[in-house]
Amino acid sequence: MEAIPIRDGFALAGVLFALGLIGVLVRRNLLFILMSIEVMLNAAGLAFIVAGAQWGQPDGQVVFLFILAMAAAEVSVGLALVLELHRQYKSLDTAHIDRMKG
Amino acid sequence: MPIVFYVAGAVAVVATALMLTRLNAVHALLYLIVSLLAVSVVFFTLGAPFVAALEVIVYAGAIMVLFVFVVMLLNLGQEAARAESVLLRPSMWIGPSVLAGILAIEVIYLVTESAGGTAGAAVVGPAEVGRSLFGPYVIGVELASMLLLGGLVGAYRLGWRRPTRPEGR
Repeated sequence: MEAIPIRDGFALAGVLFALGLIGVLVRRNLLFILMSIEVMLNAAGLAFIVAGAQWGQPDGQVVFLFILAMAAAEVSVGLALVLELHRQYKSLDTAHIDRMKG
Repeated sequence: MPIVFYVAGAVAVVATALMLTRLNAVHALLYLIVSLLAVSVVFFTLGAPFVAALEVIVYAGAIMVLFVFVVMLLNLGQEAARAESVLLRPSMWIGPSVLAGILAIEVIYLVTESAGGTAGAAVVGPAEVGRSLFGPYVIGVELASMLLLGGLVGAYRLGWRRPTRPEGR
């Protein structure tokens, strides 16, 4: 039973992060952008878990818990903003929501 | 059994890629949930069972429920009914089901193969994580609680509908 090489774990985290970044850059729907941000946060947490598993320390998992708390707070505020924007603009397209005032 | 790690990683990447290319938000959410479950299996193979359970409970459970609520709130009227009829067609749920089935087979394999078996990596259990969390990282726990309080107040304020204001204020 050989261990998983750390390189492969980081490669997976990198690919997931890149996919999330592509989603943020390409999609024009606010909901999809929020989902892509979730993917990126998750990939960052995966990198911490991989590093923590490599040295058998709990620190990686602790940091993942902080990322989890941060993601929960971010999603609650972000989705409240999405609802508010949809109420004002009747659209979630970022091309339509490009004015700060008015 | 590194093969479990690689299969779960492949499922995560495929589900995320499919999520990005969906046009309907509900379909994208289904794939995102599968992606999070796959990452949870990856955590389990890396010897982090506590975090794997939290990933399912908090991410795939709580956060995704928030997303589903918002999607359902935004899709009103005929559009929602049309989306629901599309959702019941097999071509829409067969993809996420297949990917989730692969993950289920992996979990059954892990459970039956060896009791709590992980891929060679040393298992760091909840007790160690808790000792570390409330030992050297206790200030981080306090800061996270402040952050969650801020998130709670912010979401409440943003969701608050202003009552019709009496004139002369």
